[in-house]
Amino acid sequence: MKNLNNLNEKPILVSFLVSGDPNIEATLKYMKALDEYCGVIELGIPFSDPVADGSTIQEANVRSLSNGFKINQSFDLLKEFRKDSDTPVVLMTYYNLVYNRGIEDFVIDAKKAGANGLIIVDLPLDEAEEYQKICKKHEFGTIFLVAPNTPDERIIYSDESSTMFLYLISTFGITGTRDSFEKMTFDFIKRAKSLCSDNSKLYVGFGISNEKHAENLISQGADGIIVGSAFVNIIKEYGDSEDTIIKLKELAKELHGGIEKGYAKYIKSD
Amino acid sequence: MKCDKNGYFGEFGGQYIPEVLKPAIDEIKEAYSELKNDEDFQNELSYYLKHYAGRETPLYYAKNLSEKLGGAKIYLKREDLLHGGAHKTNNTIGQALLAKKMGKTRIIAETGAGQHGVGTSMAGALFGLETEIFMGSIDIARQQPNVERMKLLGAKVNPVNTGSKVLKDAVNEAMRNWTATFENTHYLLGTVMGPHPFPTMVRDFQSVIGKEVKKQIMEQEGRFPDHLVACIGGGSNAMGLFYPFLGEKDCSKINMVGIEAAGKGLDTQEHGASISKGRKGILHGMLSYFLQDEDGQIEEAYSISAGLDYPGIGPEHAYLHNLGRVEYDSATDKQALNAFMELTRTEGIIPALESSHAISYAIENAGNMAKDDIMVINLSGRGDKDLNTVINAVNKMEN
Repeated sequence: MKNLNNLNEKPILVSFLVSGDPNIEATLKYMKALDEYCGVIELGIPFSDPVADGSTIQEANVRSLSNGFKINQSFDLLKEFRKDSDTPVVLMTYYNLVYNRGIEDFVIDAKKAGANGLIIVDLPLDEAEEYQKICKKHEFGTIFLVAPNTPDERIIYSDESSTMFLYLISTFGITGTRDSFEKMTFDFIKRAKSLCSDNSKLYVGFGISNEKHAENLISQGADGIIVGSAFVNIIKEYGDSEDTIIKLKELAKELHGGIEKGYAKYIKSD
Repeated sequence: MKCDKNGYFGEFGGQYIPEVLKPAIDEIKEAYSELKNDEDFQNELSYYLKHYAGRETPLYYAKNLSEKLGGAKIYLKREDLLHGGAHKTNNTIGQALLAKKMGKTRIIAETGAGQHGVGTSMAGALFGLETEIFMGSIDIARQQPNVERMKLLGAKVNPVNTGSKVLKDAVNEAMRNWTATFENTHYLLGTVMGPHPFPTMVRDFQSVIGKEVKKQIMEQEGRFPDHLVACIGGGSNAMGLFYPFLGEKDCSKINMVGIEAAGKGLDTQEHGASISKGRKGILHGMLSYFLQDEDGQIEEAYSISAGLDYPGIGPEHAYLHNLGRVEYDSATDKQALNAFMELTRTEGIIPALESSHAISYAIENAGNMAKDDIMVINLSGRGDKDLNTVINAVNKMEN
């Protein structure tokens, strides 16, 4: 059985889905479909103004919100998912939704629904004091983001402040698939690894969409890869259908394969 | 009013930004705090404001309008006569100079009515900076003349088709672009909003308005005004007018009024009145007042004037509202149109629809004020860009 403390021995795949895209029942099916390949599932709570997201995830947010999505539906969805799975789930959203509900109420409700942690894209450490206190009080996971231009001391501080994993933004810009990764990303992974605690988990996200990406990033020492837009693109193309489930599984399997290859390379080089 | 070192005015403001932008924001903060007190920079800025943009702008006693309304003496601060046709130029020249000093080669900006886009494009042409403007596709349709001006000035205009396709979505898109391009690009934000230090910096650049009013009203009336009135979208022309008076002891009795867009009425869903109808929230890097639903999803703002069509307000305004120092009122589309016609016919001045909201306050209230009361209204921009909108609206009303 997977649990938070021992699942991360080998590098993992983190899959991102947007709640309610194209509808809540479908999201639950997709989470279940991806479960077997994922170390963590990242569940997005749609926001009207997702400034850190590229067009793929923006459009997914619009699809969900235009169907009348409400935050409680993400929590209900998660409760359903928890009936069959104990794969860690982290929620991803923007700060206004958390602030508006009340930070503590949000954390309590999220935890009760079965979430293990939270990523707030537009809440940098400097503004997160109260949020961190509340998460600590409720033993709820915090995940902060760092980027290739984040200074060393800030990476260390972010690592200390992240109780589940540290989110490495692969490159400058917003979410969305990219052709390839460059030296900047590889150097960043190495730099972060050298700065962070040995027990820390460093997961890389933004732009990852295929087996080769997965292999390359894991071979540099990343503990996991976070893939969003590539899954969301499948959902956009195939909608609420059996095909979507098949394609999602195919991609997850492919990425998983890339992770294994990358890990073998990493072990060899280590 | 000074914000604290983290950019807070009371509980409002801050820096709610994606991590990638943190170093970019820090760079601006550092560069600006240095240049703010740098004599050469200030001289250069003053030079361009005077010889290029045409400062100082007149403070005009609107005799006809004052007599017609039969109360307070109404003065108009003529930012409509500034190069570019609105107060926006004060800020775009300031920030473009700052961008140059930081070694940036490209500037990007959001625009609603197109005035900030035009101001940015002018500054880009003047200082040789590549310029790209983000503008909601709905605003592009209703502000065609300004779109053409931006293009003529050499800027690239990017239509924004996401969200509600207006100002807030243009801000989103500009921020997204900036997260990928900040190494060579400065985001030239157009109003007193966004993450610290933008609200402070833009207010400082716009403060030239209030500083001049202080001097001009002393020359013409020998005393400070009783009322200061300005329209508010994000709130930069209002902060520019109010700020120099806020710190003064003998100004504590001045009645300062910001006019938000009430659109089709505050009791409808179609308005842009973030202070009257919004509540605290976080968007575009700041904690302030926003129009939002029960979940915290940001709602679409509406106004006949594209420049007031924003669902939030600058954090310093939110603070001044909480303190009760500034009064926040609103004017509907109808009131603004009426004010537009009134000023055009009585004074021969065609005001921007945004500024018409402020004029409307005088029309509603000046008649009930004492004859020796002095009211200064910031005429933030000229109305040429709005002719289509106004003609269509008037035709509709007549049919």
